[in-house]
Amino acid sequence: MPSSEETPRSLPPFEQVVEEHGRRVLAVCRARVASADVDDAWSETFLAALSAWPDLPGDLDVTAWLVTVAKRKCTDIHRSRARRRTDPVADLPEVVAPGAETDDEGVWRHVAALPDKQRQVITYRYLGGLPYARIVDLVGGSEAAARRAASDGLRSLRDKEIR
Amino acid sequence: MTAETDDLARLHDRLVARAGEVGLIDLAYRAVDSPLGALLLVATEQGAVRLAFEEEGHDAVLADLAERVSPRILRAPRRLDETARRIEDYLGGRSRSLDVPIDLRLLAGYRREVVEALPRIAYGHTATYTEMAGMTGRPRAVRAVGSACANNPVPLLLPCHRVVRSDGSAGGYRGGLQAKRWLLGLEAAGAPAARERLD
Repeated sequence: MPSSEETPRSLPPFEQVVEEHGRRVLAVCRARVASADVDDAWSETFLAALSAWPDLPGDLDVTAWLVTVAKRKCTDIHRSRARRRTDPVADLPEVVAPGAETDDEGVWRHVAALPDKQRQVITYRYLGGLPYARIVDLVGGSEAAARRAASDGLRSLRDKEIR
Repeated sequence: MTAETDDLARLHDRLVARAGEVGLIDLAYRAVDSPLGALLLVATEQGAVRLAFEEEGHDAVLADLAERVSPRILRAPRRLDETARRIEDYLGGRSRSLDVPIDLRLLAGYRREVVEALPRIAYGHTATYTEMAGMTGRPRAVRAVGSACANNPVPLLLPCHRVVRSDGSAGGYRGGLQAKRWLLGLEAAGAPAARERLD
């Protein structure tokens, strides 16, 4: 649920986002991944967006944000295909990079369970693609604290996801 | 329908299924066609949280829920099939009970007590606002009963239409006075009344 913004804002029901942007996201996915992967890229995009939706800043440009998320998801798909072609163990990421988390959509359950600050920073940083300076505007505190929250959050996600 | 529209419909279904699996749908909704017009049924994982009449404006109701409960809202008709079927059976005069899971998180305090007490008025019967006030242990709270009924988030499912004025007239109703009369008529007469649509 939304927490730290002082300006009142209301996010529309997510269904509206799917209706308004489904077509555009489909076009992005079709342009970037093989047709066999389009469905996955589209679903991953909206699933990630749905997970983050209640925490997003009210003034975010939804179209630009969704396109960014879709592009990231497409990159993830390329990456995981490439991984599968090579030795999967040799290529494990050293941290949970923005891409690696998405192989398992269950990760969003863990993101939702993080403490507020970590969850918000991770959401803005890795899903919204916002710079730390902008994140600090939204969640308050210092940039160093935001970086710390992101790294703590990622560490606890990594503990859950990578065994 | 273009192929792309079909693709988007299929992708939407799939998104709903996967979001449901990982517990990301806080509110699922669907429309239910009825003799009282198009109804909007909205549910959490616990049960029906809101039932709205066409007059209330379905989009406005969803926007309000996005703010009050959660904006993680998706149209997920299949998830609500069972409740929709029961509503149809009830409005069609084929069933007298609407025993479905309900989530009263939108209500607190006395309003909630009043709404929870509504099923004590049996099908085909009515109670006055004064009687309801007595039934909930606050005989002087007649006005509060009126406002609780007027703001019942799940009309039909919890039968606020069975609460009437002391002079026997129907009193207000979220779905309009005509709808209230139609429901009282349905319950008084049984199935035959259900065949005429309300227009």
